[in-house]
Amino acid sequence: MSDPILDIRDLRAGVEGRDILQGISLTIQPGEVHAIMGPNGSGKSTLASVLAGRDGYEVRGGSVNFLGQDLLELAPEERARDGLFLAFQYPVEIPGVNSTYFLKAALNEQRKHRGLTPVDAMEFLTLVRDKIKLLELNEDLLKRPVNAGFSGGEKKRNEIFQMAVLEPRLAVLDETDSGLDIDALRVVANGVNRLKSADNAQLVITHYQRLLDYIVPDFVHVLMNGRIVRSGGKELALELEERGYDWIARETQAATQS
Amino acid sequence: MKPLVALPDLNPPPDPVTEQLTQAFTSQEERLARIEPGWLVALRKAGIARFADVGLPTLRDEDWRFTNLAPLQEHRFQPTLGRPTPDLPAEALDGLALGDLPGDRLVFVDGHHSPALSHIASHGPGVVVEPFSLAMARNADAIRITLGQHADLTKSPFVALNQACFSDGAFVRIPRGHRLDQPVHLLFVSTGRDPGIAIHPRNLLLLERDAGATIVEHYLSLADAPTLTNAVTEIVAGENARMEHIRLQDESKTSFHFGFVRLQQAANSNVAAHCISLGARLFRHEYDPSLDGPGAECVLNGLYLAKGRQLADHHMVVDHAQPNCASHEYFNGILADQSRGVFHGRILIRPGAQKTDAKQTNKNLLLSNEARANSKPQLEIYADDVKCTHGATVGQLDPEAVFYLRARGIPEETARRMLVHSFAGEITHRIQHNGLREALDEIVWDWLESLEAVQIGRRDGSGTHSVAHPH
Repeated sequence: MSDPILDIRDLRAGVEGRDILQGISLTIQPGEVHAIMGPNGSGKSTLASVLAGRDGYEVRGGSVNFLGQDLLELAPEERARDGLFLAFQYPVEIPGVNSTYFLKAALNEQRKHRGLTPVDAMEFLTLVRDKIKLLELNEDLLKRPVNAGFSGGEKKRNEIFQMAVLEPRLAVLDETDSGLDIDALRVVANGVNRLKSADNAQLVITHYQRLLDYIVPDFVHVLMNGRIVRSGGKELALELEERGYDWIARETQAATQS
Repeated sequence: MKPLVALPDLNPPPDPVTEQLTQAFTSQEERLARIEPGWLVALRKAGIARFADVGLPTLRDEDWRFTNLAPLQEHRFQPTLGRPTPDLPAEALDGLALGDLPGDRLVFVDGHHSPALSHIASHGPGVVVEPFSLAMARNADAIRITLGQHADLTKSPFVALNQACFSDGAFVRIPRGHRLDQPVHLLFVSTGRDPGIAIHPRNLLLLERDAGATIVEHYLSLADAPTLTNAVTEIVAGENARMEHIRLQDESKTSFHFGFVRLQQAANSNVAAHCISLGARLFRHEYDPSLDGPGAECVLNGLYLAKGRQLADHHMVVDHAQPNCASHEYFNGILADQSRGVFHGRILIRPGAQKTDAKQTNKNLLLSNEARANSKPQLEIYADDVKCTHGATVGQLDPEAVFYLRARGIPEETARRMLVHSFAGEITHRIQHNGLREALDEIVWDWLESLEAVQIGRRDGSGTHSVAHPH
């Protein structure tokens, strides 16, 4: 087997003195799609935030290895340049920052880091044209400020559009399905699927099974109270859809008590 | 009504600045009576009488409670009225911002018209772009019936003082149906050769029915000196007239600058007034728009940049007297060091001004712990079918926005700079004239980039303080 893209070992983390992740271990190999499912408050978004390096999260123990490096030592921008991408649950509106300017700057930071020459405005436009179509977005979006005045669906599609441009090794999709109607969900999922390759990996975080009808995971992990309490194949997601989360909670409780 | 509180002295003696300026004017009265028409002398006398009567505002005055004028007392200001026109070689304006602007340029040096530095193209019949000093002979009637009729001297002591002491300024008249292709650049240069001079520019900009123009008022210092500029502009937009008015205030950090712009708008007229202000130690600008015909629209769009100990104060009362009018005010301030921003915006919707669409926002970005902003948006509504919103914010860069940019690979320092620039860009992008917008963007860019990295890049306090990364 090749080297993993991501290797999380016994990760413990919290925020404002509260322990949230209570020891998570997860290994993601190239070409794999993993889904993390769990009820509200289970620690799903905390995991995404810790991986991306959001301020205010405190790592108490464990390690995260990303492409052979200690991920937790890196600043958020360094993680991004090395190929980690977080699709935000709540993409931020940045009025005044032009989308083209922003995304070209992001792409060129990455290229600079990899020893490549920066792309100019024309090259950038050529590069993004197909990708914007993939997400069924209007090219006008490039002239607008980042996410400003975008609908919920446009914001989520814009996240995946950025992912398409930046071509990450690992994409973490943090509840990308929340707030999407079924058509937008299909477009987003189609985009994500088209970006899948033998070389990269995806970590899909979601509350609902619905998204996994479109983005089919190789592995499903159930997160509860900051621990992965069960892992399985894609059928586990269907079982969760049918039976909810309670039965796992009960079984887990029974297992820890016996 | 608030009960009247007994003040220690209801008629305090005039402050030294008021006394000094009043005397300076009075000493010229006889000379003026010999050289100027009676109506103009009467206008000036009415101005000085009002000014002497009310004097300089104090912090007790509700409209001035955050702007302390005491520093004016450090100087004995002398109006430039009646002084000889200073000589300024053309090279002094080399590399001037907006210097490449096509179109007419009227230059005033320390308050006096400089024919050598100005150039005016020949226009179609009826178009007037002239200094008052020349226009007075040819357009006396138009000036007599308009000048001072719109800028109400009771609205600010500085309007009254300007009405008394103004030396020169621009008279622009665009006749019915005529659209000026190129912007008119009105440049007011303060040489700083005589510290303590008080320059009083006065502009009268008349757009007749269906007329259109882009007019720039540009205030600039050539040297660091404690000068005072007190400018008043009256804009009269006729029915369906279109105007873009830009005010750039880039005076020295030791100067005092007061500005007052009256907008008198007839039915279906549209005025976009932008003000970009980065200079002066103490700066106060007032807009006084009156939407006086159905369907009139105005946009007041301002960006103020302050650092060191600068104070930037904006004050406006938007008066909606007619139905179906729209007014939008957008003011963004970027405040570094110990600077201070003051904003007071009131929207007044009179009975009968139905279907008014009025919106006002004031946003202040504080780049240091010692910078402060006072914002007071107010609505006063006497009509029931109106759309009205207002809001004010004072804060630092949004940490979530910084994180978003970093999560895409953009370095923290760059992310913060981008956000600060974008905050300024929210205002400048509304400037319609491409050349002007680009030139002003450049001025704003240079100002922002002149800030210390540590200021712009980081906020202090709450455990997040650190020095900027060395490059």
